[in-house]
Amino acid sequence: MAKIELNRNPFIENALKSRYPQLAVFIVMLVGYIFAILAGLIGTPVGSHNFSIVFVWIAWWAVLILVAVPFFGRGWCAVCPIPLPGEWLQRGAMLAPPNKRPKWLNLRVPKMFRNIWLQNISFLLLALFSSVLLTTPNITSIVLAAMLFAAIGLSTIFERRAFCRYLCPVGGFIGLYSQTAPIELRIRDKQACVKCEGKPCYNGSEVGYGCPWDVFPGGLTKNTYCGLCMECIRTCPHDNIAVNLRPFSADLAKPTTRMDEAFKSFIMLGSAMIYAGVLLGPWGMLKDAAYNVGSNSWFVYAGVFLAIIFGVLPGLFSLGIYQRQNNIAFKQRFASLSTALIPLGMMFWVAFSLSFVLTNASYILTALSDPLGLGWNLFSTANTAWQPMLTSILAPAQTLALVGGLIWSARTAQKAANESWTSSMPVIVYCFLLTSVMLWLLL
Amino acid sequence: MKRAELLSRLIVTVAVVGVVGTPLYLWSRTPIIHARMAENGGWTPDVIQAEAGKPLHLKLTSDDVMHGFAVGQMDMEAVSVEPGKVTDITLNFEKPGIYTFYCTRWCGLNHWRMRGTIEVSGSNTDLKPASPPLYVSLNLDIDAPHDATVVPNGQPSVSNGQSLAMDNSISLSHEEYLASSPFEVFDGLKNSSLTEEERWDIVAYLWQSNTTPDALANGKQLYAQNCAACHGENGAGDGVFADDLAATGEASMQTMSGAENMMMQTPVDFTDSARMLGATPALLQGKILRGGMGTGMPMWGSIFTEGQIWDLIAYLYSFQFEYPK
Repeated sequence: MAKIELNRNPFIENALKSRYPQLAVFIVMLVGYIFAILAGLIGTPVGSHNFSIVFVWIAWWAVLILVAVPFFGRGWCAVCPIPLPGEWLQRGAMLAPPNKRPKWLNLRVPKMFRNIWLQNISFLLLALFSSVLLTTPNITSIVLAAMLFAAIGLSTIFERRAFCRYLCPVGGFIGLYSQTAPIELRIRDKQACVKCEGKPCYNGSEVGYGCPWDVFPGGLTKNTYCGLCMECIRTCPHDNIAVNLRPFSADLAKPTTRMDEAFKSFIMLGSAMIYAGVLLGPWGMLKDAAYNVGSNSWFVYAGVFLAIIFGVLPGLFSLGIYQRQNNIAFKQRFASLSTALIPLGMMFWVAFSLSFVLTNASYILTALSDPLGLGWNLFSTANTAWQPMLTSILAPAQTLALVGGLIWSARTAQKAANESWTSSMPVIVYCFLLTSVMLWLLL
Repeated sequence: MKRAELLSRLIVTVAVVGVVGTPLYLWSRTPIIHARMAENGGWTPDVIQAEAGKPLHLKLTSDDVMHGFAVGQMDMEAVSVEPGKVTDITLNFEKPGIYTFYCTRWCGLNHWRMRGTIEVSGSNTDLKPASPPLYVSLNLDIDAPHDATVVPNGQPSVSNGQSLAMDNSISLSHEEYLASSPFEVFDGLKNSSLTEEERWDIVAYLWQSNTTPDALANGKQLYAQNCAACHGENGAGDGVFADDLAATGEASMQTMSGAENMMMQTPVDFTDSARMLGATPALLQGKILRGGMGTGMPMWGSIFTEGQIWDLIAYLYSFQFEYPK
C-alpha cells in the first residue's frame, strides 16, 4: 500500500500549520487535566465515582490504548497537556515565535540520560504501585500533579521537552508502539533537507520553534521519538514535511538495536501479563499483596514483578535466540529480535484493556454527571447503574486481539530474523507460549 | 505583545482559574456527611446542629463501604449510604435535645461505634423530666451473676403450659413479668403438685402471655438489624463478628485486667438457659440500655425507645421458650 500524504489536503495542511486549533485542544485538555487533579483531591475517595479515576484510568486509558496508540501512534502526545505549562514558561509565550534568548537554563540533557531507561524506570515505579494508583483518587491526583510539576521543572533546566522525551512513564511505551501505527510524520524530499540552511525545523526560526522532541525531521526513520507536535510543519521553509497514512507496522521493518527499547518491550509484555493476573484474575492473595504497598507481601510481589520483567522474560528469550555461531553480536540480535515483541505487547494491552474498560465503562456516565461525588446530576446520568458492557463479544474480541498479535509478531519476527541472519522460530515459539499464558489469564 | 498572544494568555488564565475556582466554590458550599468505617473515622462531622421545628436537610455519602443512617428513638426508616453516591434526607425534630444518629449496616467489627449526635436547639416548654428506667427503680445490680440454678431439660412447651396455667389458675401480671426472672416464677411454683417440666411449661406460657405477636415481630426485626452481627442469628453468640471480637479482645484497650476479662469480649449466648432464665426483663433492659461497659456491647439507650427494648427482650426469651418468633 502506498503512502497517502494527508496534508496534501489544504484543509488538513491549514489546520496543522495554524497554531489555533491545537491551542484550542490544548486548553480543553489542560482544563480536563487540572480538573482531574482537583477531583482526586476534593472529590469522593470512592474511585469508581471520582472523575480522576474514571476519566484517567478508564476513559483516557481506553482511548489511548484502544484507539490513539494503535491508529495514531503518538497522537496522544500531540494533544497531551502535561508539557504545556513548562513549555510556555520555557518559551515565554504561548503563540508568539521565539524572538529572544532563552530565559531559562536551556541545558542539554546529559548524554547518559538520552535514552528511555528513565522512562522504563518511571513506568515500572507506577506499575508497582498500580493497584493503589488505579483505585485511589488522591494518589492519582498526586501522580498527575507530580508529572505536571516535573515537566515544568525540567523545562526550566533543560532545553525542549525533556520530560516527554526522557522521563514520561507513558511516553515511553507510546513511542514503542507508535511504530505500528498507520500514521507517520516524515520529510518529502531528503535533498531539500540536506540543502536547507539553518535547519529551522530543528533549530527554530522566526516562524516557529525548533523540534521540542529533539528530533531532526530529516533523519526520521521511525515514529518512536516524533511527538507529532507539528512544529516542523510550521517551520519548514521548503514545505517538505508530510503527515502520511501508511501501512500498519511499517517501522518494524527496521529493527531496533537499542537495549533500552528492547527492554521496554519486555517491560510492557510482562506488565500486561502481571496486570491481567492481579487485576482481572481470581487470586485474592495476589490482589492483597499488590494493594498493600509497603507490606512484606507487597515486597515479595514487587520482587516477583521485577524478576519476571528483567529475569524470566528476557532470560527465556535469550535462551531461545542463543547461538554459538553467528556473525552478529548477541546483544544486537537480542535487541533486533525483540522488535517482534512490539505488536504482541500492544495486543496484550489491547486485550487486557478491553476487559476492564468494558467492565467499568458505565462508571463514565456516573462520573460525568457527578464528577466529585457531591450529589450533582449534571447530565441526568448520575444514577446510572453499573453494568458491564458488550460482555458477549469480550472473549472473542480478546482472543482475536491476542491471536492477531501473535500472527503480527510472527511476521515481524521473520523480518527481524532475516536482518539478523538467524531463525525466527525461537521467537515465534516464545510469542506463542506467552500468548497461551495470556489467553489463560484472560479467558 | 501581539493581540493573539495576549488573548491566549487571558483565555488560559480564565480557564485555569475557572476550572480550579468553580469546583472549589461549589464543593465548599455542599456540606456532606461522610461515613467511613469506625476504624477510619466513622461519621464526619459527627456533631450536627439543628433547630426544633425546622427541617434539617442532610446529604450523606460513604467513603468506603455501604453504611446505613438512622436517628435513634425516632420513627424513621433507615436510609442506605452508598459509596460515592449522595443520599438526601430531611429530618424534622419536634423537640429540642441531643439525638443520636448511627450506622444501621454491619459495616465492620466496630460498626456499632459509628455514631454521632444531632444537637437540636429550641425553646420547647413541653419537655418533661425523664423517669428512671425500671432497672434503676428496682435498684438492680445488672453486673451481678444471675444464673438460674435449675434449668429445663428441653424447651418448655407453651401450649402445654397454657392448659396447665388455666387448670391451676396461674397468671402473671405485666409488672410481675418485668421484675421477675423465669427461674423465680418457676421457683415460686415449687410448692405445687406440678412436676418441674410442667412448671417450666407454665413459665413459658406466662412469658408468652406477656407479649404479643406484633411485639415479637418487631423484636425479631430489631434483633436482626442490630444484635445478630455479634450474638448470631439464632442467639448463640456466634454472629459474624463474634470470632473477630474475641480475637481483638486481647489487644483491646478496653480490657484492662488480663485474659479473664477478655472473655467478656465474647458476645452473650442467648441460648444459654441458666443465664437467660435467671435474668429478669428489667435486668435485660439495663444491659441493653447501658451496654456492656467495655465488653464491646454498645449502649442502646440513645437508640431504642423503651417500647422497642421491651419488644426486643420479649424476642430474646424466644430462644428459650417455644413460642412463635
